[in-house]
Amino acid sequence: MADKVHITVVVNGVEHHHEVEPRLLLVHYLRETLGLTGTHVGCDTSQCGACTVHLDGQAVKSCTMFAVQADGCSITTIEGLGSPGSLHPVQEGFWEMHGLQCGFCTPGMIMAAVDLLNKNPNPSEAEIRHALEGNYCRCTGYHNIVRAVQYAADKMAGKVAMAADD
Amino acid sequence: MYTAEFAYKKATSVAEAIQLLQQHPEAKLLAGGHSLIPAMKLRLAAPPALIDISKVAELRGVRREGDTLVVGAMTTYRELETSDLLKAHCPLIPQAVYHIGDPMVRAKGTIGGSLAHADPAADLPASMLALGAKMKIQGPSGARVVEADQFFTGMFSTALQEGEILTEIHLPIRPGARMAYAKFPHPASRSAVVGVAVVVDGTEVRAAVTGAGEHAMRLTKLEQALAGKPLTTENISAACQGLLAPDHLNHDLVASREYRAHLVDVMAKRALMQAAGL
Ligand SMILES: Cc1cc2nc3c(=O)[nH]c(=O)nc-3n(C[C@H](O)[C@H](O)[C@H](O)COP(=O)(O)OP(=O)(O)OC[C@H]3O[C@@H](n4cnc5c(N)ncnc54)[C@H](O)[C@@H]3O)c2cc1C
Ligand code: FES
Ligand code: FES
Repeated sequence: MADKVHITVVVNGVEHHHEVEPRLLLVHYLRETLGLTGTHVGCDTSQCGACTVHLDGQAVKSCTMFAVQADGCSITTIEGLGSPGSLHPVQEGFWEMHGLQCGFCTPGMIMAAVDLLNKNPNPSEAEIRHALEGNYCRCTGYHNIVRAVQYAADKMAGKVAMAADD
Repeated sequence: MYTAEFAYKKATSVAEAIQLLQQHPEAKLLAGGHSLIPAMKLRLAAPPALIDISKVAELRGVRREGDTLVVGAMTTYRELETSDLLKAHCPLIPQAVYHIGDPMVRAKGTIGGSLAHADPAADLPASMLALGAKMKIQGPSGARVVEADQFFTGMFSTALQEGEILTEIHLPIRPGARMAYAKFPHPASRSAVVGVAVVVDGTEVRAAVTGAGEHAMRLTKLEQALAGKPLTTENISAACQGLLAPDHLNHDLVASREYRAHLVDVMAKRALMQAAGL
């Protein structure tokens, strides 16, 4: 077996050290080594975006990188975004706007949407659709997903206004 | 899906990467991994070692040197898309990159990886030819520079020799030049069924196509037809006809040779109309 490699990663704010086989994909490290099964494997061929996580603040497909490439990086998965009592505005948007049906694509969809809103807090519908081109949903249809992202953008803008009032 | 086993080496400089390539002649360089890793997962590639060059600082970023923009090979699409220098002096690149894959692909994929891989359906090779880019290549016996016109040599093959690394892409700044890229994306993968890049520099028109043939190529017939002529709708329409004969073009489930040849004319016209502001 190829020599294992030591990696240090911060996942959802917690530092982890592991010896990993070079060919271990990041998505399997997250799901199997760390037990964070919120990140899904859909196509496993880099197309569907179900495995999307944030790597140093950027959305990436965790099935298309090795865990060793994430050494020294900070990763956020869907588990790190919000909690049942306090959902992230994008999670709340998917809830309120019925942005999911089976929910399989949802973690990746939400991570891609958060990435968009981090870069562009007030996207147009066309910009939302362009930003979600790498995330496939096979059951809801994209209409409500777009509405969910619009809901979140409005909600986050509202929060900014409130904070500015303080 | 698991790839075959491999040894993982991380290079911290170009010199170290060249040394590692000599120690592991069968190794492959790992850039953004967005062509290589999918191929390894499908076991179309099984290199015994990977040399990760994505973190080599000297290979990243865009800088200006006189009348040239120097782009490090490991600069990601996302960095190209948001580069103020490129937006100001070479807007063709951010425009072409906007249509590559999706945001996650653009976060990892690199210009050097795309050019070295030379996928016949890759977007950036057409822009390199239209701009007249130069490729800086480093290897065990030093550095050399290859013109874009000599760089793409076949399907998935380039002027890069074993043990060599593409380190920089040099883009000439063309003040006042107008440029545009028009792409017919594959309906599923978003890669280019046909993509045409044009650069209008004074009375010179430079144009190149990707997706049509084994590798990206200049559209010399179009360049000659428009040389010295004003870019009117009439002249553009007259020039964008029968640019490539279908015989040697690619064909697949999405597009026959004849349809691709037609798309070349249509995309060339779109790019020129956009560059001319029509
Ligand atoms: C879902 C998806 C959609 C895509 N859509 C598009 C699209 O629309 N348009 C498009 O153009 N591309 C598209 N691509 C391909 C993408 O652009 C790749 O990222 C790119 O072609 C390769 O760049 P990379 O940095 O990922 O290289 P890698 O995959 O890391 O490397 C590719 C090859 O080049 C070699 N290499 C890398 N860097 C160097 C170097 N500096 N010197 C010498 N050799 C080197 C490697 O050894 C390897 O053989 C898509 C990919 C995916 C997964
Ligand atoms: S599982 Fe990663 S893109 Fe589909
Ligand atoms: S909700 Fe079922 S795939 Fe998107």
